[in-house]
Amino acid sequence: MSQINDFAFKIGTVNGTGSSSANSLIMQAIFRMGIPVSGKNVFPSNIQGLPTWYEIRVSGAGHTARTPIFDLIVAMNRATIEKDIAEVRSGGWILYDNSWPLEDELLRADVGFLGVPFGRLGVENFKAVRERVLMKNISYAGAIAALLDMDTEVIQQMIREKFSRKPALIDSNYLAIKLGYDYAQEHFDCPLPIRLETLDKTGDQILIDGNTAAALGCVYAGATVGAWYPITPSTSLMDAFTAFCGRYRTDPETGDKRYAIVQAEDELAAAGVVIGAGWAGARAFTPTSGPGISLMSEFIGLAYYAEIPSVFFNVQRTGPSTGMPTRTQQGDIMLSAYASHGDTKHIVLFPADPRECFEMAVKAFDLAERYQTPVFVVSDLDIGMNDWMCRRFEWDDDYRPDRGKVLTAEELESIDRYFRYVDVDGDGIAARTLPGVHPKGAYFARGSGHNRLGGYTEDSDEYLEVVNRLRAKVDGAADRVAAPVVETREGATMGLITLGGCDAAAREAVELLAARGIVLDYLRVRGFPFHSAVATFLAEHEQCFVLEQNRDGQLRSLLILEAAADPETVHSIRYYGGFPMSAAHVIDGVMTQRFKQGLEPVGPEGSLVEEGA
Amino acid sequence: MSPTVKPKVLHPDIETNAVGLTRRDYEGAMSTLCAGCGHDSVTAALVQSFFELNIEPHRAMKLSGIGCSGKTPTYLMQDAHGFNGVHGRMPALATGANAARSDLVCIGVSGDGDSLSIGLGQFCHAIRRNVNMLYVLENNGVYGLTKGQFSASADVGSKSKRGDVNTQEPIDPILLALSLGATFVGRSFSGDKAHLLPLIKAAVSHNGFAFLDVISPCVTFNNHEGSTKSYLYTRERYMDVAPVDFVPMKDEITADVEEGALTIVPMHDGSLVRFKQVGPDWDPTDAAAAWTRYRELSRDGAVVTGLLYLSESGDDYHGRNGTVDTPLVEVPFEELCPGSEALSNLMDRYR
Repeated sequence: MSQINDFAFKIGTVNGTGSSSANSLIMQAIFRMGIPVSGKNVFPSNIQGLPTWYEIRVSGAGHTARTPIFDLIVAMNRATIEKDIAEVRSGGWILYDNSWPLEDELLRADVGFLGVPFGRLGVENFKAVRERVLMKNISYAGAIAALLDMDTEVIQQMIREKFSRKPALIDSNYLAIKLGYDYAQEHFDCPLPIRLETLDKTGDQILIDGNTAAALGCVYAGATVGAWYPITPSTSLMDAFTAFCGRYRTDPETGDKRYAIVQAEDELAAAGVVIGAGWAGARAFTPTSGPGISLMSEFIGLAYYAEIPSVFFNVQRTGPSTGMPTRTQQGDIMLSAYASHGDTKHIVLFPADPRECFEMAVKAFDLAERYQTPVFVVSDLDIGMNDWMCRRFEWDDDYRPDRGKVLTAEELESIDRYFRYVDVDGDGIAARTLPGVHPKGAYFARGSGHNRLGGYTEDSDEYLEVVNRLRAKVDGAADRVAAPVVETREGATMGLITLGGCDAAAREAVELLAARGIVLDYLRVRGFPFHSAVATFLAEHEQCFVLEQNRDGQLRSLLILEAAADPETVHSIRYYGGFPMSAAHVIDGVMTQRFKQGLEPVGPEGSLVEEGA
Repeated sequence: MSPTVKPKVLHPDIETNAVGLTRRDYEGAMSTLCAGCGHDSVTAALVQSFFELNIEPHRAMKLSGIGCSGKTPTYLMQDAHGFNGVHGRMPALATGANAARSDLVCIGVSGDGDSLSIGLGQFCHAIRRNVNMLYVLENNGVYGLTKGQFSASADVGSKSKRGDVNTQEPIDPILLALSLGATFVGRSFSGDKAHLLPLIKAAVSHNGFAFLDVISPCVTFNNHEGSTKSYLYTRERYMDVAPVDFVPMKDEITADVEEGALTIVPMHDGSLVRFKQVGPDWDPTDAAAAWTRYRELSRDGAVVTGLLYLSESGDDYHGRNGTVDTPLVEVPFEELCPGSEALSNLMDRYR
């Protein structure tokens, strides 16, 4: 059976050996052949020497979710080869380095073994030790090119582009590719039944990671102050912001910077810098991950109560505590919604892919200034650090920042007296002022009890007036945060609800389930407080499945708390072991839940979903 | 209790400064601190200094943390934006405010609990960043609002009001600041306004992190016999090793610069700091020597004061960062957003 443009393969290597160059070369080459592709980097929390894998899925139909079923595994790491061989699907292939013989007990009769002496070829053709290691990994890209029928001209072009400034490296990379390619052509029946065929489905697409996209959004939104403390998997967001600012925000003649980046001593300080800058009138942000949000929580409450615009990017990783820093999860949904002590509630955006990271980054600053409050953009390691195929970003040159209600010097001059927290318009939002503008604009921002005039208070009624207005203000943002994506199907009485990076898996599953006769409407939550369309969707469906990547069903709980979902009719589907969601997990979860609800006579065998639900 | 607003009745002949304001315009709400609190004397010195420096209050930002010291900004310059943040985190707020508004005078007031315990890291890193600000530490060796626990600046052997003796080594903010590379390190006493005034003015003129440790006795919890932060103890052991005069920029040309042993340091804004008398064993431009000598004198029981160290040679945060002169909040959006064409070109790189 041939599988043209519809298969997945995985490459197991040792981290710190240059394999990421080879892997992105392979993925990008497939992308440039016009074939939809997605890649997931499964890497250790380590600098050099531990196992790392790169999973590539090719889907002519355009499905980009992870798949846990691999047709081919490239086993370049002796330390994991046993596990790798065991994991490939029956009838699949193992590509391995046969410079040394493979132990007989590792062989599987139902799998094709393709041995290439990558190590020996490297030793024979390259001199320096480091070069031998690096080029061994480029060689497997050559073998894969032959096995999958990849366009070699595309690969050569990419090598020329990549090393345009280091021409000496072009020849060695060419040679390494050729060594692997020629060996495979000579010894195997190339191409394999799993193979590529040029399409034209990626013309308006790019390959980009979510952190880079979010950083670009910060640049385009006009953010000038960024503060941070390095933490996986958010670090590359500030790296990208720094690089973009170097390019777009630095005076070519004087070198003057139109931005300030503060690498703080910890996440507490990073939050403080953002809030100080926001209070002074700058668009300021911090990228972090769950542990950082925990540390920032006191400051987040201050910004909520004193009403200071501030933007927090939470690139989620597996918790609790340090957890698994290089694995993905959606474990901070509740944390984001209510971070800090006392009664607090926050505006949260949930991007599903890098394009939304870009758009929502811009939106976050507008919302933060409009509502004078912390705004969270919550992505995850999978979105933030993996390259995703998505539509090219666009920009409307008519865009201007929504600064919200900020009084100008002229407006302050014309009024008798200014009071910070008086709700003149009845929308819960009081006009703010910025330092340095006008003597009449002065006010005292504080985290201690204050009244609507901005004065310190310990009076119950004065206190209540402010905190009740804050609730109304944030709740009032619900329909302006981000409307959900809703897709309906003829005859559906049940719905699937999810958020963030589960999107691709959920869509694919909904398609596959429809083909089985299980028709589901689909809703993807994009913001909190929930848009009114979310409650409507819940009310209009007899049963809903809530799909998410955490142990306790946080989105489901939040829907019950904040969108009047009926606990009896919303059923949880959870997958939270650290890998991105796949359609197989969704289908398995839906079938399990249908069985539990008495809608299916038999439940699925060997449940893929951790702990069922 | 809500702070009381002071009635504003002005004497017809009241003095005005160069920006047309009276000293009263530099005051804030009525203090709710205990009668005789050292912090109120610090407030009075700050008010007088800003008046004499002709700062327009709305061109200043005043920030604080939590504790009795955290209340100080309320009592001065009511026409300046103020921010009373969370405990020990004023340095981060000030860093952000200064990053956004490099053109405004940034004033931070902290205490020994705020700066030396919960916010020790923040204090240290603001020094490292050399944020351009006046940083006043109102130091009384005790937690006031929680009623008399020792703070990290309490000396070994100092006795609390209820009779406990402190056994833990203190953190001395002067030694800490000097060792961290602070560019302006001064020490004074709330009971000596004449000493404090020129130090505050020099600190505001300094281009960088200007640290003032002010011994500011707590009359309620740490002013008894056996305390090493009381008025009496401080007065008895007061040793002024590097007192200064401050000569504002506008007076510089006519300043009567005396010859002799005086050290004169020109400030970034053109003002001068003139050391009145520096002992033969004190060099206020040598941080290492100042650290050693200060430590020796303090061990011998002296409360050492003066402008202990000053370096006008380095850049502040923005100088090191290379930030544009225009305050970042005033850079037009057009100069921040690269636009659609740049984005389209950039997208080609992700193919």
